[in-house]
Amino acid sequence: MPDKYHIKTKSMPARRPKIGKVGIVDWREDCAGCRNCVKKACVFDRYRQEAEYIRSLNDMDSIFFQCMGCFSCVQQCTKGLLALSENPVYSRLGNRYWTPDIIETTWNQAETAKIPVSGAGYRGRFTGPGFDSMWTDMSEIVRPTRDGIHGREYISTAVDIGRKPAVLHFNSLNVNHFPLITIPMPLVIDLMPQGYKLPNVVGLCKSLAAQTGILMIVDYRDLELLGNDLDTSLPNLIFYIDKGAHLPPHSLLKRVRMVEIGDDNQIDKRISDIKAINPDIVVAIRVDMGSEGVVRAKELGQKENAEVIHLVADINGDQIGVNQPRFIKDMVREVHNFLVSKGIRNEITIIAGGGIALPEHMAKQIICGADLVGINLPLLIALECVFCQECNDGVNCPADVRNVKESYGVGRMVNLIAAWHDQLIEMMGAMGIREVRRLRGEVGRALFFEELEEATFGKLFGTRKN
Amino acid sequence: MVNSLVREKINNSDLPENTRKTQVEQARVAREIKPAPPRYRNELAKYIINRSNACIHCGKCAEVCPQGVHILKPGYKLFAAPRLNVCIGPSCQNTDHYCVDLCPQKALRMVENPMMKVLGDYRWTPDLILSTWKMSETGSAPPVEFGYEREFGNSGGGFDRIKIKFPEKPPIEVKPEEVDTTLELNRRNDGRPQIKLDVPWYGGGMSFGSVSNVTQLSKARAAVAFNTFTCTGEGGYMERLRPYDDHTITQVATGLFGVREETIQRVRIVEFKYAQGAKPGLGGHLLADKVTPSVARMRETVLGISLFSPFPFHSVYSIEDHQKHMDWIKHINRHALISAKVSTPTDVDMVAVGSHSAGAHIVHIDGGYGGTGAAPDIAKKNIAMPVEYGIVKVHDFLTREGVRDKVTLIASGGLRNAYDIAKAIALGADGVVVGTAELVALGCIRCARCESGRGCPRGIATTDTKLQEQITVEWGSQRIINLYNAWRNDLVDILVKLGMRSISELRGRTDLLMHMDYTNDVEPTK
Repeated sequence: MPDKYHIKTKSMPARRPKIGKVGIVDWREDCAGCRNCVKKACVFDRYRQEAEYIRSLNDMDSIFFQCMGCFSCVQQCTKGLLALSENPVYSRLGNRYWTPDIIETTWNQAETAKIPVSGAGYRGRFTGPGFDSMWTDMSEIVRPTRDGIHGREYISTAVDIGRKPAVLHFNSLNVNHFPLITIPMPLVIDLMPQGYKLPNVVGLCKSLAAQTGILMIVDYRDLELLGNDLDTSLPNLIFYIDKGAHLPPHSLLKRVRMVEIGDDNQIDKRISDIKAINPDIVVAIRVDMGSEGVVRAKELGQKENAEVIHLVADINGDQIGVNQPRFIKDMVREVHNFLVSKGIRNEITIIAGGGIALPEHMAKQIICGADLVGINLPLLIALECVFCQECNDGVNCPADVRNVKESYGVGRMVNLIAAWHDQLIEMMGAMGIREVRRLRGEVGRALFFEELEEATFGKLFGTRKN
Repeated sequence: MVNSLVREKINNSDLPENTRKTQVEQARVAREIKPAPPRYRNELAKYIINRSNACIHCGKCAEVCPQGVHILKPGYKLFAAPRLNVCIGPSCQNTDHYCVDLCPQKALRMVENPMMKVLGDYRWTPDLILSTWKMSETGSAPPVEFGYEREFGNSGGGFDRIKIKFPEKPPIEVKPEEVDTTLELNRRNDGRPQIKLDVPWYGGGMSFGSVSNVTQLSKARAAVAFNTFTCTGEGGYMERLRPYDDHTITQVATGLFGVREETIQRVRIVEFKYAQGAKPGLGGHLLADKVTPSVARMRETVLGISLFSPFPFHSVYSIEDHQKHMDWIKHINRHALISAKVSTPTDVDMVAVGSHSAGAHIVHIDGGYGGTGAAPDIAKKNIAMPVEYGIVKVHDFLTREGVRDKVTLIASGGLRNAYDIAKAIALGADGVVVGTAELVALGCIRCARCESGRGCPRGIATTDTKLQEQITVEWGSQRIINLYNAWRNDLVDILVKLGMRSISELRGRTDLLMHMDYTNDVEPTK
C-alpha cells in the first residue's frame, strides 16, 4: 500500500477580527449597573474578549462581532437593555451564490483546518439551486457496498489526469503513448477569474500546490510571478497557453508535466506542436461553457488526440453569456452521459470548474461526471478576502491580501485544502466508496431533487408548477 | 414474506421466561396541565411597544389591556418593563382595547421586534419557536390573535409546502373526546407484549453527554404522563432514569457506550441505531469538552477525549447479520420490542423490508433534517434524503410487499408540531419521533452551539453542572407535558375536522394532502 496522503496543518489564527453573523446592540442608557451583570455570565466569554480587543485596537478598521447568538444575556439583563441584531456587514458579504455562510465557513476552515461541526439539525432551506438540488447517498444495512470493513484511512482520493486509450495500437513496435499524471486529491488550482487577480496570490498558490501535491494552472504569461525556485515547483504546475499566445520555450516545455491550451480551431496543430517538443506532456483543452460549450465539449470528447478537457463556467457555476444559464453540474452531466453512451468516457479526463465553493460541491460535481474539479476563489477567501469583488491592483483590498506573509497565506490555504480533503473522505465514507475514481458519474450514490419529487410527490400531487 | 428470515415461535420456546426485570419502583407522573412560565426575565416577543416620553403615566394602557402587558405597580410612578410576550400584536387593532389608539398622549407605538430576524432559521421560524414556547407554557395552542404561523416553516419544501385538505364539513361528526390517538407498536403477533402509546409519538434518543440529565429526566417524566416513551440515546443508561424503565427505550448504537445486559433487560423497547438522520453514514460525535467526569464514567471512556462512534456496526453487513443482531437482544430480553433506527438512503425501502424480515417490530426512519448534538455541517446538509420522501417510499414498498400491517413505521427528522405529525402519518407513517421540539419547549432557540465548549448556553444540551442548574426537572417536565398536551389537542382537532375517530385511519391518506407547488389533480385512488 502506498503512503497515506496526509496534509500537515497548523492553526492559522485570523489577522483581522472575524465578521460574525449576529451582534449585540447595547443601550447603555438606563443601565442599572448590576454587580452581577449578565455580560459576565456569557458562556462564550465574548464580552470580556471584546473589551480586550477594543483596548488593543490600533486602527478602527473593523468591529468585533463574534456573538454566538444564544440570546441568554438579552433575555436575562435586568433592564432588558440588550438586543441581538443581524450584522449588516455579514449579511452583505458575497453575492447570491457565494453566500455569507460559505465565506464564513471557508474562513473557519482556513484557520483551523478542521471539519466544521455544529449541533442541532440542518437549518437551511429544503432545497435550492445548483448543487443544493441534490443530496449524496449513504450506505445502509442491506447494501454492503462499503468496501470491506476497512475504515476511512483506506479511502483513496487519488485521480489520474490524461488519456487512457481503450485499446493499444502498435505502430512499428511503438505502443501509442499517452502520459498520465496521478494527483492525490481530485482538485486543481485554477486560474483566478478576471478581476480577482492579485499578483502575490500566484506565488502562494504555487507553494500550496507543492505542499499538497496537487496541480496549479498558471498562465504562462505570469511566469515572472512564480519566483526563482521554479525548478522545484515545475512538477506541480500546469502552464496555461491562451488562444494565439506563443508557446513557452522548448526548454521549459520539456520539464513541465502538463499544459492547458485555450480552445479554438487551432488545437490540433497546437497539440501536435507541443507533443513534438515533449511527448510526455499531458495537454488539457480549456473550454469556456458558453452557449456552445456543451456541444463543443462533446465534440472534443470524441477526438482521439484530446486527453483532458477542462470545462469552465463562470464564478457562480453558471453558463457564460446566456440569458437563462444552465448550471455547471447539469452541463457536465450531459457531456458525461453523452460520452458514456458513446462508450468512450473512460478514455478522457474531465475537469470541471466554476462555482465550486464548498467541499460538497467537489463531491457532487464528481458524481455528476467530472473526474476532478478546479477551484480558485475559495483559496482567495482563505486569505480572509471578504469577496468585495473589487480587487483591481489590491491597494484597496479590505483584507490586505497584497501584504499577506507567505507562511501565513500558504498555511491558510493548506488548512483549507486539508479540511476539504477530510470532508471529501467523510462523504465518501458515508457513501461507502473507497476510491474517488469510482465516484465519478456514480449517480447511484446521489439523490436529485427533481427526480425524487417526481417519483414520490408526482404520483400523489400531479405535476410540479414552476 | 413466506420465507421470512424470522422463525419467532422456535426462538420463543427456547427462551427463559424471566429475562425482563425492572428492579425499582416505577415513577408515576400525572398528566396535569399547569402553567409553566418562561424562565427568562425578558421573554422574546414578536412585537415591541415603545413608550415615548410624552407618556404622562396616567395608567390608561394598563387599565385597558386585558392581557396585562403594561404594568404600573401601585405606589410606583413609572411603568415597569412591559410583558411583551403576552401582547397579541397588531390584531389588537380590531378590539376595543388597543392601547396604542387609546393612549391619550399617543405615546405608544407598536413595532415588529427586529430581533425576530435573528431568531430561529428556515426550518424553525421565529413563529414556530414562539408558538412552541406558548404551548409549553400553557398546555394549549396559542390563541389565533397572536398571529403565529404555527403550521409551516419557511424551508420551501417538504412539510412546509404540504397542506392538509380539510373538508368544509366533516363527513361524519366526531366529538373530540371520542377521538383515539393511540399507537400500537407490536404488529408482528409474535407473543411479545402489545405496547400501546396514548399518543402517536415518542421522544427521540438523546444521550447523556449530549444533553443534561435534567433534560433526560424531564423527557422521561413527560413520557410517563402521556404513556409514551423516551430514549436514552447511545450514551448509557443513567441510574436516575431507572424509575422510568417502563417508558424508556435504550439504544444500542455503534459505539455501544454503556450497553450492558442488565440495561437491555430493564426496558420494554430496545432500539438499534444503525444511522442517524443528521449524519447518515457517520457515527455519533461527542466533542471533548462535553466528556465530563460523569459522562466519561457512564461511557467508560477517558475524560476530555472526543468520542466518535464508528460507522456502521462492523458486525452488520447484511440483513442476515442484522437478524443475528436482533436475535441477540431478543434472547437477552424476551419481552422487549425491537426498533431499528435507520436513515434515509435511496434504498431505504429495501432497508425497511429487510428490517422487518429480520424481526424488527418498529422500523424507524430518520430523515436528513433531523437533530443532533454535533455533526459535521457537510453531513447535515448533504447526505441522504429528507424524511418526507422516505415515508412515501417505505410505506408504498411495504404495502406492495404485503407486510405493511406487520410493521410499525416511525418517522422522524424535522417534525416540529402536530401538523407535521399529521402530515407524516397521512404520508404513510404510523407514528413519529420528536426531539428538537422538546428541547425548544425547554427554551432552546436553535443557536446550534450544542457541541461547543461547555455546551448549550441555555442549559439544555450541556453536562456542565453550573449551566444545567438553569432548569429544574419539575419545570422541564411540565413544559414538555404542556407541549404534548397542546399537540394532542391539535391532533384531535385535525381528526375531528377530517371526521376520523382514530389516528390510524389517517395513515397513508395522501388524498387528504395537497402540495402547494403541484397541480394537485391526481385522482384519489383510495
